[in-house]
Amino acid sequence: MSPQRKIRILIGKPGLDGHDRGAKVIARGFRDAGFEVIYTGLHQTPEQIVAAAIQEDVDAVGLSILSGAHDYIFPEVIELLKKKGAEDIVVFGGGIIPEEDIPALIQYGVKAIFTPGTPIEEAVKWVRENIKPRK
Amino acid sequence: MFKEDQLKKVEEEKKKWIEDLSKILCETPERLARFTTISDMEIKGLYTPDDIKEIDYSRDIGFPGIYPFTRGIQPSMYRGRLWTMRMFSGLGGPEETNKRFHYLLDHGETGLSIAFHYPTLMGYDSDSPNARGEIGKCGVAIDTLKDMEILFEGIPLDKVTTSMTINPPASILLAMYIVVAEKQGVSKKQIGGTIQNDMLKEFIAQKTFMLPPKPSMRIIVDTIEYCTKEVPRWNTISISGYHIREAGATAAQELAFTLADGIAYVEAAMERGLNVDDFAPRLSFFFDSHIDFFEEVAKFRAARRIWAKIMQERFMAKNPRSWMLRFHTQTAGCSLTAQQPFNNVVRTAYEALAAVLGGTQSLHTNSLDETYAIPTEEAVTIALRTQQILAEETGVANTIDPLAGSYFVEALTQKMEDQAWEYIRKIDEIGGMVAAIERGYPQAQVAESAYRYQKQIDSSEKVIVGVNKHVTDHPPITIWRMRPEIEERQLKRLKEVKGSRNNSKVKQCLQQIRKASQEGENLMPHIINATREYATIQEICDVWRDVFGRYTDPGYF
Repeated sequence: MSPQRKIRILIGKPGLDGHDRGAKVIARGFRDAGFEVIYTGLHQTPEQIVAAAIQEDVDAVGLSILSGAHDYIFPEVIELLKKKGAEDIVVFGGGIIPEEDIPALIQYGVKAIFTPGTPIEEAVKWVRENIKPRK
Repeated sequence: MFKEDQLKKVEEEKKKWIEDLSKILCETPERLARFTTISDMEIKGLYTPDDIKEIDYSRDIGFPGIYPFTRGIQPSMYRGRLWTMRMFSGLGGPEETNKRFHYLLDHGETGLSIAFHYPTLMGYDSDSPNARGEIGKCGVAIDTLKDMEILFEGIPLDKVTTSMTINPPASILLAMYIVVAEKQGVSKKQIGGTIQNDMLKEFIAQKTFMLPPKPSMRIIVDTIEYCTKEVPRWNTISISGYHIREAGATAAQELAFTLADGIAYVEAAMERGLNVDDFAPRLSFFFDSHIDFFEEVAKFRAARRIWAKIMQERFMAKNPRSWMLRFHTQTAGCSLTAQQPFNNVVRTAYEALAAVLGGTQSLHTNSLDETYAIPTEEAVTIALRTQQILAEETGVANTIDPLAGSYFVEALTQKMEDQAWEYIRKIDEIGGMVAAIERGYPQAQVAESAYRYQKQIDSSEKVIVGVNKHVTDHPPITIWRMRPEIEERQLKRLKEVKGSRNNSKVKQCLQQIRKASQEGENLMPHIINATREYATIQEICDVWRDVFGRYTDPGYF
């Protein structure tokens, strides 16, 4: 029996937002936790992120947004994943996202939103419990 | 600073104190295994004359207004004039931001500071696909001169100075400002202010980049060259540590990388053939004031001392104004918490105090709600009042550099200086900051520090009240929201401007910019001409992207 494949996660920085401290810290934290991590780098369009997610065959996409553009970008990414038949890729995220915006994002299909102050360990635990390698 | 016999006596007394202390510690040990600054610098329990015995008062500390300026750059400091209270503001469209500017000036603010929305920062117009979802959210939307005219309505540009946090398109925004002043009947010789215009720290930290490092440097030097001759009261660059720190750097890294950036700009301008004393007095700096009080005060004091030495010894500057490190400070956005947000008022107040005791020339204090959104009017008023209370009630501005002579503060200032020199030497070895950035050196250092700090928070080795200690629920606060009609209005205005301007003239101006870009002629006069004809920011930046290519994030983590 072959060992189970590692969880593969794409960390994406969509939009024009340059605040990448959180994205890099979480990318590194996930890597140290044993996940395979791909980081898109900055200034990616939703289209580029979805294309990278499919090409890299990831299990989940984590988006970091601190610019206030979350209410546009999350739905856009989820929509594009659906269009490409990749709706089984889990989308989650973090950043400066007001509490009252979260329910609408969850309803749109975002699996979880991590707000400032979340320890790395908490995000790692969530991934282990909620994301399984596809196939 | 002390005589031999004095030091000897202190040493003996210290031995006795340590003996007594050891007995006490056997029964009640210290609270922590290590006492460290937020940058993880180890701090001793007590500092004595022994820790500053190498320091020479006249050589290392001296007098305010006199080399090496450890105690401040002006002889009278805040007894002569208080620091400028400059609140970083920009929200929605130019109408909303103009209203906020008037509100702040009416409430005692003494200088303006513009926050632009992301598309403007990155050289895109509001109608670009890249602007989707971003219009007016992180700052004010500016596409053309028309927006700048609205932004400064009722604000006389000969009476107020303006700082603009803008980098790749800095020259364009400066050009627009010059034209707005011109239309108000104010000459470019009279206007005062600052453009951030510091691309090197963009590659290291803030990441609003557009062109590769070399052409970015060329455009910066164009602005320095132009302003040195034509806009004499303009600070051509604000060499910024703020963003480096916010991205996770330690205090020493912030200090060192900023000064190393400064060295790179001075070298580039001198290579252009400029005389160092002609442009150096108009270089300015911008630092973070983080939550570790003494470390920050030491950092500011060390910054002045190091820069004075760099300018005098390395660049042979003769004009004392070239030696002076003048700086703006912003309290640390990254120290604020979304949890129990009212605590942020307290954090900001301590950070502002450190900036003032560090001798800042101007100050922005963050608002309590900025971990959620752009501040509300109420929140920004508290932040401004924090500075006014500091200036007018606490008495801290009564005397100059009151922490000088403290064994701890002087020792820490020296330590910050030593650590910074080490990094500067390392960067020199790599071949200067541009080479270091191309190699990813400062980027990796900052990412490393950010990760280490996060681990220390997660393990509670370092405490953030409300996050990993004293955690309680807090009721939600009211936050500022962008109204959707602002976006529609911005797009409509841009369309109208594009329809009503003289498009053949715009085309001609853009062609001139292309030619000057290719041939190495100073771009500023051409940019001013183009903005006067209502060329958009993106139209100009597209020419540059085409001529010089784009810089893309290597995505290190």
